[in-house]
Amino acid sequence: MSKKLYAIFAVVLMASMLLAACGQAAPAPTEAPAPATEAPAPATEAPTEAPKVIKVCEITDTGGIDDKSFNATAWKGVTDAMAEFGIEGKYLESTQAADYEKNINAFIEEGCDLIVTVGFLLGDATKAGAEANPDFKFTIIDYAYDPALPNVVGQVFNTDEAAFLAGYLAAGMSKTGKVGTFGGLQIPPVTIFMDGFYYGVKYYNEKKGTNVEVLGWDPVAATGLFTQSFDDQNLGKQFAIQLMDNGADVVMPVAGPVGIGSAAAVKERTTADKPIYFIGVDSDWFLTQPDYADIILTSVLKKMDATTKAVIKKVIDGTFEGGLEVGSLANGGVDIAPYHNFDAAVPAELKAEIEQLKADIISGAVKVKP
Amino acid sequence: MANQPDNKQKPEVTKVLLEEIIDSPSKKKGRSGTGQAILIPILAVLTGLIIGAVIIALTTEDVYKAFALSFGDGLGAAWKAISTSYEALFKGAFGDPARIIAALQGDNPIELRRAVNPFLESLVVATPYIFAGLAVAVAFRSGLFSIGAEGQIFIGATAATFVGYSIKGLPPYIHMPLAFLAGAAAGALWGFVPGWLKAKTGGSEVINTIMVNWITFRLTEWLLTGPMQRPGSGGVPLSPFIEKSAEIPQFFDKPIRFHLGFFIALAVAFLVYYFLFKTTWGYNLRTVGANPNAARYAGMNIVTSTIVAMSISGALAGMAGANEILALNRTLALGFSPGFGFDAIALALLGNSNPIGVVLAALLFGFLRSGATRMMLATGIPIDIISILQALIIIFIAAPAIIRTIYRLRAPKIEDRVVVKTGWGGK
Repeated sequence: MSKKLYAIFAVVLMASMLLAACGQAAPAPTEAPAPATEAPAPATEAPTEAPKVIKVCEITDTGGIDDKSFNATAWKGVTDAMAEFGIEGKYLESTQAADYEKNINAFIEEGCDLIVTVGFLLGDATKAGAEANPDFKFTIIDYAYDPALPNVVGQVFNTDEAAFLAGYLAAGMSKTGKVGTFGGLQIPPVTIFMDGFYYGVKYYNEKKGTNVEVLGWDPVAATGLFTQSFDDQNLGKQFAIQLMDNGADVVMPVAGPVGIGSAAAVKERTTADKPIYFIGVDSDWFLTQPDYADIILTSVLKKMDATTKAVIKKVIDGTFEGGLEVGSLANGGVDIAPYHNFDAAVPAELKAEIEQLKADIISGAVKVKP
Repeated sequence: MANQPDNKQKPEVTKVLLEEIIDSPSKKKGRSGTGQAILIPILAVLTGLIIGAVIIALTTEDVYKAFALSFGDGLGAAWKAISTSYEALFKGAFGDPARIIAALQGDNPIELRRAVNPFLESLVVATPYIFAGLAVAVAFRSGLFSIGAEGQIFIGATAATFVGYSIKGLPPYIHMPLAFLAGAAAGALWGFVPGWLKAKTGGSEVINTIMVNWITFRLTEWLLTGPMQRPGSGGVPLSPFIEKSAEIPQFFDKPIRFHLGFFIALAVAFLVYYFLFKTTWGYNLRTVGANPNAARYAGMNIVTSTIVAMSISGALAGMAGANEILALNRTLALGFSPGFGFDAIALALLGNSNPIGVVLAALLFGFLRSGATRMMLATGIPIDIISILQALIIIFIAAPAIIRTIYRLRAPKIEDRVVVKTGWGGK
């Protein structure tokens, strides 16, 4: 009995502590829906309270803010803007599809000046949110509305321009005459990489009279290798092994973290006299995947951080209007990464050709699509 | 609607409900067994919150800075971090009382809706948890450790979506129930298969259901990139929108998403309760779960019982998926990934595999999850803290000895213990 009393006493004690915890701060929050300002801080909060601080709010898809892929890259755009323009940045992670609308509502209530939604999966929710709240500004990554919405900027990327360069480079570096790629899902944001890669190789063949073959993707027939997954690294390994078994000595997986498995497979197989190269996508894998730095020839960069920052800049300048923000070679929204460790291995001639090709694509002299 | 039979015999039912929550067949056996069935979950939640508070303090940079100044400052900063976080969690879950009062006095309808939204949103978040928790609870009751809720939710969502968009021109009072029941039926089928495999071949339901999950995920992906893909979506794996007539109605204007599904969930919880504790079928099922050998000796059909339990479990999980599509998402997309099929296992444990307990546990999870959004906005503490809280709570529930040791409770006698699960594979 006394033990029971003791237990009850303990409960009451704990409960009172908790209630006190709630109670202590309670007098403050009557004014308005933003006790956030007095919170002990997402460290980054700008101390400038007097002029209105622009608030940029990102909603991730189910990948989360630290996916080392597009959610993280877009967030980097926000944090860059925080450092550069002194804006305030916030994010909410979605753990399921039903969260998209909930998170948009939360940010509407928060009074965000720009709401960044990441990925085509948020397309419907962003559209609904934008239509219901015409006085709020939105930008969505990897999605374009047709017709455009007046308060949404769709960020799209001419990734094929950068992938074209990567394809040309791959063809130039291949000793076996075969290069390989595969995708996560057969959707436009993925296949556009593979298209560019394919036509880059074809262009090299045209120029040099070679016959380098692309395994894993045929844009004409629209058939190729797809893991149907963006998270199963084992599949990435299997697909890379399959490509290498068929003779490919350059591998470019377009499947997010799945590619890490491929990188592991390539690293196991590569040798000094028969090197196998790896091409990363989205971010510079030399930097984001340092474990595999010694096999990464280059990466096809899709700089969602640059475009996101550009949209934020427009909000600050008051020039924001609905439509598209297109990342291209010309504006640096897409690019290929430096060769890093392979800088010496890539022939100077090939490097020069790629620089020239880049200029030609920007000027329109070379078309990346037939 | 579920309360109608409830009204007539209210006093008796309430008493029975209470007994069933605490799940003690015998009153005379003393309070340690009965009381603890309620006390341990409460203490587990409380302990989880306290450890969560410590984690919040430990992961807040300002606390370290303050401790560098002086011990007192450090404690103050830790206290401030914890209190702001939990205050935001509370307001995010239930709403800000001051704001609600102000909004009630004012005449701004949007402000009023926003002020009361947190509480209603918590109920929205809790709704699929109720369905999914019930699903796992029914399986647990029959001694089956089903991991299949996640896949059954997926297939339920898929079926509800398909019926929702492919059939046109039905009136809402037919279309909506039809789509909802399609989800339940698909879930039931998805529960039937592993149930049948278990009953007929002895294949472990743990393995079967996990494997069926994978089949379901890939099947859904294929459907979304193939037959069920929205025309003109440009290759994006999305289904068409369901028809208006298939939507589960929401009661208020934006941004409140509170919908009929919550009441359906409560009604279903009552039906499950009734089935488990007031029907012969339910009795059979529970007996098989408690002791299959005794059940067999008593002439109960274990094969049928297993199959029925798994099918009902699947149907309930299917309803969770249908609910999400018909009330909230209105379309099935690749990132549907609810994850609450796995949370549901935790819910069933927390709710002691009792429908009423599951409803309460689902509400708790709903309030925690929903409040976490606000907490993250106010303090920058990631929503993941809620997963940690949930995990802590589950650990304490699953290992009640920890709680008993901390709070010096007496262990109940063996015959008082509730059999949630006899062992892997029901042995």
